[in-house]
Amino acid sequence: MKPIARQVIFYGVIFGLWSLICKLHIWPPYVLPAPWAIVEALWAGFQDHSFPIAILASMRRMLIGYGISVVLGTFLGIVLASNRFFEQTVSGLLVSLQSLPSICWLPLAVLWFGLSENAILFVIVMGSLLSVTISMETGRKQMPKIYSMAGRNLGARKWNLFYHVLLPASMPYIVTGLKQGWAFAWRSLFAGEMIYVTLGLGQQLNAGRDLNDMNLVIAVMILIIAIGTTVDRLLFRTIEKRLQMKWGLLSAT
Amino acid sequence: MTLTLNATEDPTVLDENGNRIPVGAALVSPDAESATPKLWLQNLSLKYKTTGGERMLALDSIDLKVRAGEFLCIVGPSGCGKSTLLFLIAGLHEPTSGAVLMDGKKVIHTGTDRIMIFQEHGLFPWLTVEENVEFGLKMKGVEKKLRRERVREYLNLVHLGKFQKSYIHQLSGGMKQRVAIARALATEPDVLLMDEPFAALDAQTRDLLHDELERIWAETGRTIIFVTHNVREAVRLGDRVAVLTFRPGRLKREYLIDLPRPRHLEDTAVAGTARDILGDLREEINKSLAVEYQQ
Repeated sequence: MKPIARQVIFYGVIFGLWSLICKLHIWPPYVLPAPWAIVEALWAGFQDHSFPIAILASMRRMLIGYGISVVLGTFLGIVLASNRFFEQTVSGLLVSLQSLPSICWLPLAVLWFGLSENAILFVIVMGSLLSVTISMETGRKQMPKIYSMAGRNLGARKWNLFYHVLLPASMPYIVTGLKQGWAFAWRSLFAGEMIYVTLGLGQQLNAGRDLNDMNLVIAVMILIIAIGTTVDRLLFRTIEKRLQMKWGLLSAT
Repeated sequence: MTLTLNATEDPTVLDENGNRIPVGAALVSPDAESATPKLWLQNLSLKYKTTGGERMLALDSIDLKVRAGEFLCIVGPSGCGKSTLLFLIAGLHEPTSGAVLMDGKKVIHTGTDRIMIFQEHGLFPWLTVEENVEFGLKMKGVEKKLRRERVREYLNLVHLGKFQKSYIHQLSGGMKQRVAIARALATEPDVLLMDEPFAALDAQTRDLLHDELERIWAETGRTIIFVTHNVREAVRLGDRVAVLTFRPGRLKREYLIDLPRPRHLEDTAVAGTARDILGDLREEINKSLAVEYQQ
């Protein structure tokens, strides 16, 4: 049986069981809405443009926050990997800070930036910056020395050495970091968006809660999962696969 | 016939005797016989700090002259610093004292006139075969059309013309070393520094690559310094074999190899000469083993 067939059966069974339970009226619909009610809510959301607007607003924040993380994290990672003092001090601190869930930055963000766009961006950056930084640093450190020696030997210096040797040599680590960073940023985004009334999917979730609209709540959750998975599959998995094929880390399937 | 020279003697003796080498000498351009050797390792020493913090003398006052077009092999027990010596010549390490002179000028940085070939090939897995060979030329700023031509030329030289679009992991060990040789030659260096390049290969592949390397050397007239722990390999390839001592690495003795070329690993003359040298080397190997057993 093909994997896709297994998946169709798996989701078919879930949908069937869910429908069955709803038909039996064990729980009232505001606790467990029927799947078709969710589909209707999704349809309505796209009809009145509230979902597309929310998605655009969230994605815009996401791109800005993640963008800051990538630029800053890349820079920080390189600095950390090339300086013994920072490596022995700042690196340890960063690893400790990573044990702090990004939602814990929220109160601090509100006190610093008020109920503003910047507070949300701050939470996104704090959520994803560390994993980008750490994997960038790991990549630079774990990279086999022979690549940089061979590069220097063949006449690469400074910028050329960095751009043509060090950067591609640590690419497997960097991609892992970028992917992880994206996932963390995605989680932090919705934590941030629930702090005050913004456009965005996080606020749609909050609206669902306030209006006691369970259909809306689950519809938005499904949207968040769908977008997150799509980006992961289409963007990061594709890049990872191509890299692994090139490097021979993955046998051709 | 083998001629033995003591390393402590004046190294110019070697240049005078260089005329006696029948095949190697044909590759030497007339001006190479003059006073400036292609490479002159002047009293090279290297100390480094061990993890324990003590300073260890890795190489001790190595003095060695290499003619243009010469094939010099360096043998020694593992840990004698023979690879380190190549790193110094390549400019990847700095000597604690002494200097490396190339055409009479002091070597300070890495340079594409001295290209190294590593045991673990050091090819870039993110580039294709063609892009690997092209790399040094790109760094040199050679224009694209010329780069393409050179890449094709050198890939053909190592019989890998058909594999230009392959990635490194798709090649066998022997093919990888061939790409490494093509990559090194493409920058047209005066000196090739080879650090046990065939040590990880099976015997048949190694045999084949010995023939190829000898042919390439004869065709291109490059100066080659070839480090190995395999004495037979050194005798099969070299115009001269230098033996290093174990910790610190000192020049123990040099042997001129004037056996006719092309040679083969199984030639009785090669085997006989190797045995003479091995007797000399055995002493050093025993010292290295003693240290190993202590630890």
